[in-house]
This record gives sequence, structure tokens and C-alpha cells, in this order.
Amino acid sequence: MSAQPANNTAPDLVNIEIDGRSLQVPKGSMIIHAADAAGIPIPRFCYHRKLPIAANCRMCLVEIEKMPKPAPACATPVGEGMKVFTRSDKALKSQRNVMEFLLINHPLDCPICDQGGECELQDVSLGYGRSVSRYNERKRTVSDEDLGPLVATEMTRCIQCTRCVRFTSEIAGTYELGGMSRGEDLEIGTYIGKTIESELSGNIIDVCPVGALTNKPFQFKARAWELIARPSVGYHDALGSNLWLHSRRGEVLRTVPRDNENINECWLSDRDRYSHQGLYADDRLKAPMVKRNGAWATTTWDDALAVAAEALKKTPGADLGILAHGATTNEEGDLLVRLARGLGSAHLDHRLRQLDFADNATATPFALPVSQLDKVKSALLVGSALRHEMPLLNHRLRQAVKKGAKVYAVNPVHFDFNYPLAGEAVAAPHALVAELLTLARAAVDDGAAAPGALADAINGVKADDDVRAAYATLKGGDAVVILGEAAALHPQASWLRAVAKFIAAAADAAYNEIPVGANAVGLARVGVLPGNGGLDARAMLSQPRKAYLLYGIEPQHDFADGAAAFSALDNAQAVVACSAYASKSLLEVASVILPIALAPENDGSLTNVDGLEQAIAAGAKAPGEGRPGWKVLRALGGTLAVPGFEFDDLAGLRSAIGERTANPRAMLADLTAKQGSGLTRIATLPIYRSDAVLRRATALAAHPLNREPAVYLHADDAKAAGLADGDTVRVGSSDPLPVVVSGAVPAGAAWIEAGHDETAMLPPYGAALTLSKA
Amino acid sequence: MSRITHYLKSLLLIELFKGMGLTIRYMFKPKYTVRYPMEHIPKSNRFRGLHALRRYANGEERCIACKLCEAVCPALAITIDSAPRESDGQRRTTRYDIDLFKCIYCGFCEESCPVDSIVETHVHEYHFEHRGENVVNKLQLLAIGDRFEQDIAAARAQDAAFR
Repeated sequence: MSAQPANNTAPDLVNIEIDGRSLQVPKGSMIIHAADAAGIPIPRFCYHRKLPIAANCRMCLVEIEKMPKPAPACATPVGEGMKVFTRSDKALKSQRNVMEFLLINHPLDCPICDQGGECELQDVSLGYGRSVSRYNERKRTVSDEDLGPLVATEMTRCIQCTRCVRFTSEIAGTYELGGMSRGEDLEIGTYIGKTIESELSGNIIDVCPVGALTNKPFQFKARAWELIARPSVGYHDALGSNLWLHSRRGEVLRTVPRDNENINECWLSDRDRYSHQGLYADDRLKAPMVKRNGAWATTTWDDALAVAAEALKKTPGADLGILAHGATTNEEGDLLVRLARGLGSAHLDHRLRQLDFADNATATPFALPVSQLDKVKSALLVGSALRHEMPLLNHRLRQAVKKGAKVYAVNPVHFDFNYPLAGEAVAAPHALVAELLTLARAAVDDGAAAPGALADAINGVKADDDVRAAYATLKGGDAVVILGEAAALHPQASWLRAVAKFIAAAADAAYNEIPVGANAVGLARVGVLPGNGGLDARAMLSQPRKAYLLYGIEPQHDFADGAAAFSALDNAQAVVACSAYASKSLLEVASVILPIALAPENDGSLTNVDGLEQAIAAGAKAPGEGRPGWKVLRALGGTLAVPGFEFDDLAGLRSAIGERTANPRAMLADLTAKQGSGLTRIATLPIYRSDAVLRRATALAAHPLNREPAVYLHADDAKAAGLADGDTVRVGSSDPLPVVVSGAVPAGAAWIEAGHDETAMLPPYGAALTLSKA
Repeated sequence: MSRITHYLKSLLLIELFKGMGLTIRYMFKPKYTVRYPMEHIPKSNRFRGLHALRRYANGEERCIACKLCEAVCPALAITIDSAPRESDGQRRTTRYDIDLFKCIYCGFCEESCPVDSIVETHVHEYHFEHRGENVVNKLQLLAIGDRFEQDIAAARAQDAAFR
């Protein structure tokens, strides 16, 4: 037998040659994968590494040895010994011919096109296009569709690569765009001319290789080459999506995603993309303000700091409450801790929306990292409108569902999901714990030992076959239990948390709790929490303090109980506020407001759900006299002469940040407490009203996901109260709100979204409401 | 030999008379000096003077805010802000400033303009009396364009064959 040549190739690799370079690439991958990995450029339009392959633009045609015709590199799998030529005469000729066909119907309107300067078609046509067109016939035109306030269209520019179509079907999961007609008549659109309602819709702008889909709020504002890109991090949810702030002359004009495979891949939620409009709202503070004799006046920093310092110094530490917003950076958080200690106050907290402090829970990093979430086989969502709470986390879970994962949900409302749920239980807030307990019962029936505190409650419920099946699926391995905001902010959150943790432990699933606040994990780490004997956020308001220091807070909207917060703050002797906005409610309660920068204008760091600390750099300048929060606190601490404020720069501040451990308690809330008669309020934060910046982002406010405030009722409850769709009701003595009869709401509950001016003063989540027809 | 010719030349003042002859010839030739500013020398149709923004015949401004002139300007003399026009949503400038102190009159802006909007006119006689007047804004530029449109158009027409 003759000697065989040694084959040193790993079994799952094949040898190919591209442009004379020998490569070893995984079996089954496409030529374009191999070329991209090796850094060999191949022009392409329809191919996108995160989207399924369509091979309809034909721009990536390459010559392959022994193949009679050129083949598309994006859709041709590699084979052993394949020889590919991307720059041979035949390949280049094919590419140039395709380019000429693509340009036949593309308008020559680059000077007025927003994509000009960052256009893939422009770039590729420079390399492969003819300098003069040979086409003298009429170009086709396509009528535009209004896709809503976020995406501008100019469909005549479309080259039918169908990236946007594939994005809405494969990533956003909403199937909102499609191709109508064929060949020359092919048009991309929604067919019925509706707004794109996906919470990820802005990404179709990024995937569009031409100027057919562009950023509407940014329309005609600037050119790509004028903008300075600074790396930053999303601050509307704790995912911490990586992004670029594109700014010109100190003003953020747009936001685009920054690739990070472990967090946001190459996507960005609309919330992070369009929130920058809120930075330049009309009520943005441009100078420090002091209230003297009931009248507000702008003043100098020196004066405002002196007034603030005097108010804080005058109050004994025990009578001072310090409250910080959940998106405060770690650096500012640590300075607040130093300030609280210096002033002798133990009342410090950032968990403004939390109602149940029985277990003193703080945000903890995910047990299963975000990057692993698309690999789970099953998931249990407890009280989570995941699509709105963390759009890109929901996208990861959707990818898992596409691979066959089963997702179960126990929710107070039939929330909207863009994938089918394997099982869903919807229960009014007062029945939510009992509903979750049935799953725990299934776990106990399966042999898990219930912890003592939960045992009685678990034994008090029965699990039916569906619940047992759900538990069995969770126990099947690679499962995750996700506790969402609707559970963490629930008045019996300690129960939901304890039961969810028990289920996770019993089923050997990971337990991920969605932090409330973009930097809740970081603030818990640096210890923006009540000190020894200190009051938590809720107690600080129910047992009013004489003075408060509010950090980045809009009093009306940022607390669980807006009315209680407002009255406690209104009755305080002094309220020192560090805020970016002079919101109406803040002007009513505060005595001095120091203008601080928002995250895009700030240097610091935010800690995301994975516990990853991500630095942010200022991409813009705070308007007017506004200064980064850490500088304001440094000046305030200096004026008060408290220790810990001796640093000169951010590095000095960072070096002294210590990690403090939180002390969770093993206590549970009172489960039997009945909140009186009437419907129980469900209060969720709408996706585009969850913080002060978003509430001022005009394009997002015009989006259909930002609904008008309304009272959503179950049909039975509406009937019992004699209400119909379109009626108006008063909640207690509130202004009239429209009634919407909705199948999403369970019986016995009324779903009224928070974050609206009209609903800010209503009783909190879980409270009993009295409705009267207006 | 050369020494002898040199000696004769200097003895007979030949070079002096040559020079005097030239002088006398020019005394009777027509004068070249232009009595500026009453008189002007002819200018090339490519002369690059003060800037102007042009309009179409129907009065619509040509500029579409593509910002190529701003990008190409080597002296960073041009500043443009743009936005959708309120009346019809078209792409238009909201600000078009040229700092004439920074401008080096290279003509790149004119060359880069896809709609022949920004042009350099033949006007080279202008002055500023106050600080800040060196920055001419959109309205001023359009007014210059309106005033010299005929000259501008004539100069472009002359040069059209070479573009």
C-alpha cells in the first residue's frame, strides 16, 4: 500500500484557498465567512452577519475554480480544496456588472441623502461602478410609506436587499416589513402603511445599506463626517448597551450601537437610540436655582452651593434623607455615601420604586450572563414585561425560543411578547403570589424540600397538570428564572422573590433578577443603601425627614407612591435637589436646584446586569452652567468640609471607591394583608416613560408604544361598574381618565400605567382603587 | 580682443544709449497703468471674488445643504446648519456662514457644489467697518447672488464648455 499524505486538518475544518491564501475554515460555513475572518474584502449588500442569508443582491459574486459560473460568496458553502478568486477578471467583471444593474434604478440624490458619506452603496460604487451611467431610460420611483416618528423612508433609494425585512422577522420578531410584487416592481413596505411598532425598529436604519431608511429625528441635521463619536453606555435599562454618541459642537445629535457580542451584539433598542432628544428639553436646567421667599431665581454656583450647604448643615443627620435615582453613576453614588457619612445620616437609598422592603433586597448581577441567555432551553418569567423592561434581553430570549426553548410567564397583565409562550398565568396583583406558589407546589410534589418560611404557603395551594408540566420542563436543564420589574416592584415582592428563588433552586435553574434602575447593581455595590438603623426609600417618605437631598429625581414620577413622596418632600423644611431638569414637581418641593449633567455628558461608570463595570465618557457638554454630578458633589462636599472630598480628578475619586456589602434580610412581607375592597392597581412603567430623559424625548413620545394614560379593565369588572370602552372615570378624586376594556387585564385589577402626569398621584401598585364614572 | 570691444563700448557709452532708447520708445507708447478704481483691467470668467448663493429662475434657493463645500473648505471658513424646511420638509440650510477672514478664495466650494449654488463672483472690492461683519450669513449671500445673478450666469455660461 502506498503511503497516504498526512492529513493534519481537524475533522470539522476544511482547507480552502481564497486569492491564493490557504485557509482552514469550519465545515458548512460560507465563503464570505471565511473571507471576512481572513480579512479579504468581498463587496456585499444583502449579507449581514446577524441575519439569515438571502443572496439576492448578487454583489458578492466570486469565481470558484471548476465552477462554470460565478457564485455568490454569501451563499456558497466551502468545500475541501475549493479555490476562490475574489479579484480575478471574471469575478471583478461580474461584480461590476451587478453594480451597474443595482445603480440603474438608484436615484442620483446623494447630496440630499442622509446616508451620504456613510453609504455602503456609495462606497462600493466608488470601487466597482462606472463613472458614467449607460442607462438613459426612465428610473423607477416608489411611493414612500410613513413608518412612524422614528424611521424616515425614501423607498426610491431601496435596492431590495431585504435586510430590513429579515430584521423585522428574525430579530424584532414583528414581521412588520415585507416585499410586495416581484422583479422590477418589488417594493419593500408594511403593505398596510402602518407605523413600525417594534421596540427595536431603529436597527433597520443601521442594517439598510442605502438611504432608504434613515433616522427621522436626525433627518438632514448633520453629515457623518462632521460628527465626533464617543463611546458610551445606555442608561435607560441595566443591560448597559454599548453605543456611540455622535455629537457636533458639544451636542448629541444621534446615537448608534457599538458592537459588543456579550451585551447588545450589534443592536440598540429605540429607547437608547432616540433618548438623546430628551437632553435638550425645554425645562433643562442651565443655571443653579434658589428659591427665596417662594420665588425661584437663577444664581451663581457659589451662591447655590452656599445655600445648599447651609440647608444640609442645619439639619441633624438623623433628619436628613438622601435619595438617588437608579441611573446615578458609581462615582456619584460613592460620593453620596461619603456625603451621608460626613453629615451623619444613615438614611440613604436608590430603590425609589420598590414597595416591599421586607427582605431588603438589592439588585444583584445575573446568575446566567446575558450572552448565555439565547442558549437556554426553558425560562420562567415572573412579573416581567420583558420586551419593554429590557428589549435586547427579550431579543436574546426570543433567539432561544426560535431554537426551541419554552418560556413560561406568571404576570399581573397579559404582557405583549414577540414569541409564543409555552404557558402563561395572569393573576391580579393580590393573587400573583398564590399563582407563583402553584409552581413551587409542583416543585415540592416533585420532591424538593420547601424552606420553612414558605412551606405553609406552598402547602396551601394545589398544582394542576399544566403547572407540573411547566415545572418538569424547567427541570429539564439549561433553564433560567427571570424576575422582572412588575415583580420586583410588587407590594409582596419579597414573596415573589423568595418563591422564584426556591423554584430556581429546585429546578436547578439560574436566577436572574432584572435590576430596577440602570445602575442599580452598581449602586448596591458602592452602598447607596440605608446605613445602620437607616430608613429605606419608602420609610423615608412615610416617616418624613426634615430635609432631603434628591439626586437626579423627578419627585412626581420616580417614586413608587408619587403622592406620598410629593407630600413628604413638600412638607420638608429644605429639599436640596441635584437635577438636570427643572420639572414642575421639583420646582414645587425643592428649595435649591443644582444643575447636573446626564449620563451622555458625564464621566463615570455604570454597572450592568452581568456585574460588568463599564466606563462612560462625556460625549457632549451639559447645557449652560450644568456640570457633571461628581464635580457638583465634590464642590458641595468641599463647601461642607466633610471628609472624603479631597480628590482632584476622577481618577482620584475612583481610587477611593470601596465595595460595600448589602445586608439582605430573610423576612417576608405580610401575605394576608388585604388592601381593602375595589380593584387592585397594576402600575407598570411604559417603555418610553421610564425616566426623566425618556419622558422628554419627543420622537419616542409620538411613538404608538407610548400610549395615552388610561384605565385598562377586565370586561367583567367594567360591566360590574357599568363602564364601557371610551367612558371616562375618576380614580379616587383624580382627573378623568379614559376606560379601555382589555383582555390583557385579569379580573379584579385595573391597569394604569405610571410615568404620566395624569397618573402620577394615583395610589401605588397593589393598592385598592375606587373608580367613579366621570 | 574682448578687452578691446569692451573698451570701445564703454568709451562710446553704447549701453547707455541703448537704455535711453528704450526709455524714449516707451515715452511714446500708450500707457499701461490703469487708473484704478475709475478703470478696471479685464477679469477672467473664472475670477474668484466674493461669494454668493444662487437661486433658480423660479426664486427657489439652489442650496440643498449637502455640506460638501463645508467639508472641502481647506480653511474651515464655512459653517452650515441644516434641517427639514418647515413648509415642505425639504432639506435646506438654516444657517450658512462664511468667514471671509478665513476664506482663501481657492474656489473649492464652488467646484464641489452639485447644484451650482455657492459661487465666487467677480466682486473683489468690499470692506468691513465693524468686527463680526467678516462673517457673511445666508441672507447676505443670497442677496449678493440676486444682485449679480446675470454676471454670474454669464461667467458660468462662458466656462460651461470646459466643465
